[in-house]
Amino acid sequence: MRTAAEKPLSSAPQSRPEGRLGRLWGEIKANKISYLFIAPYGLLFTLFTVIPVFVAIALSFTNYNMIQPPKFVGWANYLRLFLSDDVFLIAVKNTFVFAIITGPLSYFASFLYAWFINELRPKIRAVFTLMLYAPSISGALFMIWTVMFSGDAYGYVNGFLLYWGIIKEPVQWLTDPKYMMGVVIIVVLWMSLGTSFLAFIAGLQGIDSSLYEAGAVDGIRNRWQELFYITLPQMRGYLMFGAIMSITGSFTAAAQIIPLVGFPSTDYAGHTIVAHLIDYGNVRFEMGTASAIAVILFLTMVGVQRWVQRFLNKLGT
Amino acid sequence: MRVGLWNKKPARSFGGDLAIFIFLFAGALFSVLPLIYAVSNAFKPLNELFLFPPVFFARNPTLDNFFDLFVLMSNSWVPFSRYVMNTLVISIGGTAGHVIVASLAAYALAKHKFPGSNFFFGIVVLSLMFAREVTNIPNYLIVSRFGLVDTYWAIILPAWAMSLGLFLMKQFIEAMIPDALLEAARIEGASEWKIFWRIVMPNCKPGWLTLIILSFQGLWAETGGQFIYSEQLKTLPYALNQIIAGGIARAGVGAAVGVIMMIVPIIVFVVNQSNVIDTMGTSGIK
Repeated sequence: MRTAAEKPLSSAPQSRPEGRLGRLWGEIKANKISYLFIAPYGLLFTLFTVIPVFVAIALSFTNYNMIQPPKFVGWANYLRLFLSDDVFLIAVKNTFVFAIITGPLSYFASFLYAWFINELRPKIRAVFTLMLYAPSISGALFMIWTVMFSGDAYGYVNGFLLYWGIIKEPVQWLTDPKYMMGVVIIVVLWMSLGTSFLAFIAGLQGIDSSLYEAGAVDGIRNRWQELFYITLPQMRGYLMFGAIMSITGSFTAAAQIIPLVGFPSTDYAGHTIVAHLIDYGNVRFEMGTASAIAVILFLTMVGVQRWVQRFLNKLGT
Repeated sequence: MRVGLWNKKPARSFGGDLAIFIFLFAGALFSVLPLIYAVSNAFKPLNELFLFPPVFFARNPTLDNFFDLFVLMSNSWVPFSRYVMNTLVISIGGTAGHVIVASLAAYALAKHKFPGSNFFFGIVVLSLMFAREVTNIPNYLIVSRFGLVDTYWAIILPAWAMSLGLFLMKQFIEAMIPDALLEAARIEGASEWKIFWRIVMPNCKPGWLTLIILSFQGLWAETGGQFIYSEQLKTLPYALNQIIAGGIARAGVGAAVGVIMMIVPIIVFVVNQSNVIDTMGTSGIK
């Protein structure tokens, strides 16, 4: 008697009530147009993302050197990473330190700056947006930081500190394990106003201005109240988007770190999980273990994302 | 009414405005100073690049680095304009397709409820968290199975189905298109196809303008990597990287390359972003 309680979901022809399967088929037929809309994307996405990811997951249970066919080894790659690979554990530790600092900071910076910018008039707003966003499209120019933090006296930072007598001899910013992570974090934060920042700006633009006028009438007295009662609830979808971008960005960082501190870095002090993955995949050609790292990283990020989502769901409710 | 910097809004204090401006100004300085360093390096003669103490602006600004770069470019195997064209084809073709294909799917996922929609969207979001480095090999096998290796399509087709665009556009469509608007159009007999082009896309313009910026900038930096082997199909970043690989004597040329690579994404950004900001004034739907 479930059918009686079920309200009709769509205008699907309910002429052949053959239980759940028949009803599902009816629904699918009724939503034909929706499937047509996602078809081009779905096809390409399956081909170029879903299948390769599943192949990589399968490879994580094999020994695969890219020349001989993969050989099934069960959990061996995973066990090896956790039990006999000290560097992997260093990489995990570094990645967490890095992600816990840069993830939330880049997220809050992206939102705060987008929110600040939204307060400005259009012309000046465009100028500030460009200035803040420019580092994330600087491409090769970000290598200027290796000159700034260069370990000899010609590095800008050392040159400056030596000139003012703050330090007596040049600091090895990018090779001394003591400073390496700090410098990397500064550089990555410098580049952090990127995708989420732009999404937040566009999202804030889209909020109906009559909501704010109504809020003012209803007794909103300052910008914080406005932020918490009107803006944040309206922005929930974008906030989730930004959170996922920050999580993936901070946990998969390697592309900006390796050019700064070298590969491998001194004492592996700048070694991240993805750097370790690149080590296995591109240097040692052990794709099985590289894939196992990708799976572990994936599960970690999914866990973190679930946890963050619980927080965001509470927002403004 | 206040004049000047601020967008007029209710409930604003002067102290708050001031604090925000200081924050913005500090952030902008931190962002831009290193870039000014980098750009001014491109205009420094070689003997100024390695001075102690280092100098901020070039004392004798010169275009030598750019001339050197052009000389190196003209020595290249295929005409340099060819690399530029390859990158333009990939960037424009990839971005245009991505915006359309991802928006179509995003519209259906955001505004239609159908079996499998949540599942599909969930997969797209999860896929963002899987490291690309290990999917390269299966990706290569698939691309080669379709005979696309060494064609533009090897870069363009996967770009159409990147996860970012779908995720971003779904958020924009959900937030910016009121259901009532769609209902009204349906009652008047508009087809879904027509609704998509006439209502959904025009009304989430800030969304796809932003997506164009992000997608273009990613593809502009595309080196072609494992998929492109013929010299006449190689991209601009690839060719410029080859030039920089010449070592320390070309440090200045490297900076010049960086400046040139950044110009086009900045133009795309400025054009689109000014439109993002303009749309606010003109959209009258809500």
